[in-house]
Amino acid sequence: MTTAATLSPPPVLEAAVTPGLDLQSGFTTILEGFGLSPAAAHLIWLPLPMLLVLVAAVVGVLVNVWLERKISAAVQQRIGPEYAGALGVLQPLADGLKLLFKEDVIPKRADGLLFTLGPVLVLIPVILSWLVVPFGQNLVISDVGVGIFLWIALSSIQPIGLLMSGYSSNNKYSLLGGLRAAAQSISYEIPLALAVLAVVMMSNSLSTVDIVNQQSGAGILSWNIWRQPVGFVIFWICALAECERLPFDLPEAEEELVAGYQTEYAGMKFALFYLGSYINLVLSALLVAVLYLGGWGFPVPVEWLAGTLGQSVEAPLVQVITGSVGIVMTVLKAYLLVFTAILLRWTLPRVRIDQLLDLGWKFLLPIALVNLLATAGLKLAFPGFFGG
Amino acid sequence: MFVLPGYDAFLGFLLISAAVPVLALVTNKLVSPKSRDGERRLTYESGMEPIGGAWIQFNIRYYMFALVFVIFDVETVFLYPWAVAFSRLGLLAFIEALIFITILVIALAYAWRKGALEWS
Repeated sequence: MTTAATLSPPPVLEAAVTPGLDLQSGFTTILEGFGLSPAAAHLIWLPLPMLLVLVAAVVGVLVNVWLERKISAAVQQRIGPEYAGALGVLQPLADGLKLLFKEDVIPKRADGLLFTLGPVLVLIPVILSWLVVPFGQNLVISDVGVGIFLWIALSSIQPIGLLMSGYSSNNKYSLLGGLRAAAQSISYEIPLALAVLAVVMMSNSLSTVDIVNQQSGAGILSWNIWRQPVGFVIFWICALAECERLPFDLPEAEEELVAGYQTEYAGMKFALFYLGSYINLVLSALLVAVLYLGGWGFPVPVEWLAGTLGQSVEAPLVQVITGSVGIVMTVLKAYLLVFTAILLRWTLPRVRIDQLLDLGWKFLLPIALVNLLATAGLKLAFPGFFGG
Repeated sequence: MFVLPGYDAFLGFLLISAAVPVLALVTNKLVSPKSRDGERRLTYESGMEPIGGAWIQFNIRYYMFALVFVIFDVETVFLYPWAVAFSRLGLLAFIEALIFITILVIALAYAWRKGALEWS
């Protein structure tokens, strides 16, 4: 009897976090049942979530483009696309196919290699950042240790691609647009990173999954937006500026720079820029949801809800339901933000370049530093409330 | 094979995300029409014949912003490990970071005063 007592498993310390849907272990267990080695099963599993996320990202972009056109039409009291599919839902797909069949024009005086490499270098880091976007406790491609920092690192590769395409076009508009794009994205990267830093400090971890878990417990009340209201505003402004959305679309300001660094681009290379900017917008909205709006968290705590309905959170059916609700919640929060971004685009005028740089360096940067120090101070004063 | 867990997925996803633009451009190359050279490959300059190229020497005003950016970007990177470990480090770490940030705020104030953040 005494041996059994000593061998009993240690008490579970982290009972607060529900395990959630774990597709990976289920899938690999089935594969291992067919006699595959764990390593082989892992290798077969590995590309599946990636392809799923890639498809989700592209579908997200198509929905986003459709929303943009429909909402802009509504703002301007037009109807918008209506012939391709019901309510014009297939319009973005038609646009994409059109661009695929367009001729690729490289200007005679441009640098061909850099001209092609530019949009590719803009798109790859944006897609790669989806690695750390969690849709549930285990519904993330890879919960790498550096987590949100990976996104910050990857997002700083983008200006290189923008500069490259602006310079290689050998066009005056492109050059000015490329320089503006680079200046804009480096100016807003620092307040953005500092706003993320305050969130990281509260969750004591860079992992996006830990950041969401730290916001669970009391439903909507435990979301970071209540503890980081200033950080939320800074992050959202900077995210819009990084995505080059109006009111910060100076690099493409069509009235002065034709289309900025995209001026000489046509066909598929233009489509890559287009895809990149919309994937970036959806990604930024998702990250706002993850960092400030509780990620996959339901506004009412799931544990409490399951308890009221007399169900255990460990039951398989409940897990499937909470997992699906989590994905829907994440996407819903993200698209709410996308909706505000679109409305902002069609209501606000563009800022001037000096206003843009002033806002970044003389307003957001000091505010972000104060926000960081205030978070640190409050964490020392009220450790329980600010993540221990 | 991988010392840190989860980074094999990073490598895999890097390959997949790099395949997206490559596949898109190759498909485009295969299905798109080809036309003879001519005016269409001329650099766009609002319908005019382009006057000179863009590869010339000219004053890039964002140069000072780039310099200030490097300083603050490195600062942010230094602060990340501090923020992650902050709950274990306590008051002393707070004071240290306060000194560190104060020095950088003075640097920002200096750059501001000297007009490095002015667009003119």
